Amino acid sequence: MQKTQQIKYNRAGQKVVSPEYLLFEAPRQKQFMTGSEVVKEAVKRASVDASVSYPITPQSEAAHLIGELWAEGYVGVYFRGESEFSVMSQLAGCSMAGGRAITTTSGPGTLRAMENFPMWAGSRLPLQLVLMARGVNSPLTIQPDNLEVSFLLDTGCMIWHAETAQELFDMILAGFVVAEQPDVHVPLITVIDGFFISHTREAVMLPPDDIALPPYNPYISPIPPIDMEMPPGRFLRDPFVMKSNYTSYATHASWQFEVRAAIERSRPYIRKYLKGLVEEFGDPEGEILFIASGTAAAQAKEATQMLIHDEGIKARVLRLKTVRPFPAKEIEEAVKGVKYVFIPEFNVVGWLEREVRNVLYGKTNVPIIGSPKVAGGMTMPPEIIVEEVLRILGKEVKHVP
Amino acid sequence: MAKLGPAGYSPYPVALYEGILTPPPGKALLFTELVDEEIAMREAAKAMFTRENPTVFPGPQVLYAWNEEAKKKAQLVRKMAEVFGARIIPMYDYRPKYPKIDPQKEINPNHPNLTIWHNNIKVCIFIGVHCHYANVALKIIRAETDCYTIALCGNAGHEDATVTLRDQHSEELEKFIRIAEEVKRELKK
Repeated sequence: MQKTQQIKYNRAGQKVVSPEYLLFEAPRQKQFMTGSEVVKEAVKRASVDASVSYPITPQSEAAHLIGELWAEGYVGVYFRGESEFSVMSQLAGCSMAGGRAITTTSGPGTLRAMENFPMWAGSRLPLQLVLMARGVNSPLTIQPDNLEVSFLLDTGCMIWHAETAQELFDMILAGFVVAEQPDVHVPLITVIDGFFISHTREAVMLPPDDIALPPYNPYISPIPPIDMEMPPGRFLRDPFVMKSNYTSYATHASWQFEVRAAIERSRPYIRKYLKGLVEEFGDPEGEILFIASGTAAAQAKEATQMLIHDEGIKARVLRLKTVRPFPAKEIEEAVKGVKYVFIPEFNVVGWLEREVRNVLYGKTNVPIIGSPKVAGGMTMPPEIIVEEVLRILGKEVKHVP
Repeated sequence: MAKLGPAGYSPYPVALYEGILTPPPGKALLFTELVDEEIAMREAAKAMFTRENPTVFPGPQVLYAWNEEAKKKAQLVRKMAEVFGARIIPMYDYRPKYPKIDPQKEINPNHPNLTIWHNNIKVCIFIGVHCHYANVALKIIRAETDCYTIALCGNAGHEDATVTLRDQHSEELEKFIRIAEEVKRELKK
């Protein structure tokens, strides 16, 4: 493999530092920011080459702020696509040409762009999509709901789910580092629950903005970047797509297994840069286990405190930071010794419940309760989680009038 | 790589689904075991000297003079093939080949089994092939043939190869050639 020259400063004149320094060692200062503003701060420190945008609530502000970064010289290329389908296609071109690229979308925009996500993965493009989830039509919803994640689970992209604006900031930066590893090199969808994270302010700790990630090195890509010798899409025109014979089918199968295998290879890098695929919270001896991600996990943590302190019930949370790769072993380990598993979710289908049931099938007799589920913009106060637990345990409900 | 030999008519199970990951830095993968690099090099050399039709499959990263490192590696690949008495079948690029490639002359990453089958290659080295194409090819070879595959990778390695060595640059290739010459003397080849 080609060795490249060490780069000291990026196009914006920021000092290039190691991912380890930027993520773990650089001094940080407290700021009070929305999730959308945090996206800007992360992209500012990520040596991003290209971003393409298209407006849709609730991600429009984040996309707009990335545009400001372009005006300020931090992002190489920025323009508006004609639709989400265009955005994701154009972003693929940026990545195929060897650039680090990021975009944002939400809800129905995700589905409009859908064909592109498996194309990104099959083309081994380490793109990043910040998905500010809002649910999917119909009926039209512009409210917190993460139904669209269900549609993305099998696209061949990594999917991480941030709980807070702080975690979103760190995930965006770590995300490029993990996705661009040559043995991983698949897209990353970084999910937050729209409005709850995108539109609310919280304290975040940020490193200085005069340092940034090393630029992307396309020459360690598992697929050659396009240039005058290697036009785009050649691999998509390869005979295995065009022919109907056994070796063609075997090749296509092997290709798809390779994309899935690439996601699995991200595990050791995620352990390093996210400090694990999961976070454990609460009483380690907890007999009530919540398995949750994103805002549902934040609410489950509140409920856990209430159960422990107000009800004397030992409870804990296994918060999933990643959905793809799915932390199956961590879940198997966590359910040992528990009496009930609860899976609170912000969507109507219970995609996380399905995933958990799938990995635990035949491995445990612990009851798995896929509730509470809220959808369409409903909130999930911790009291309703507590109520659900008390109801299942046959105890008196005191919290909810 | 869990098993040598045909695994039926499907590329599944690929190594990673059997829990086999690429080796960490400083280590190599020999079948399902993490071993020191030198042990893996020695076993790879033994296979190249003792199995039928040893072949080196060089890819674009060592076939074209991208930079000084690539040029040096290309020379080492030729030397390596000479030490092993191995044939060289290149993988020039990844473009579609119409009407059909000649598997005696070049290997196509999407149809590597044609080359392996036609030539009855029982041991081979992948070097300089971009990781995705190497992985697609190695999965097919692993499932469809009994070829002993050795991946000399400049990046993180390939879990679907029988032996995978990672971070292989010119210094490591020189070491591999030295070890190969030692093994050759030991085997009186």
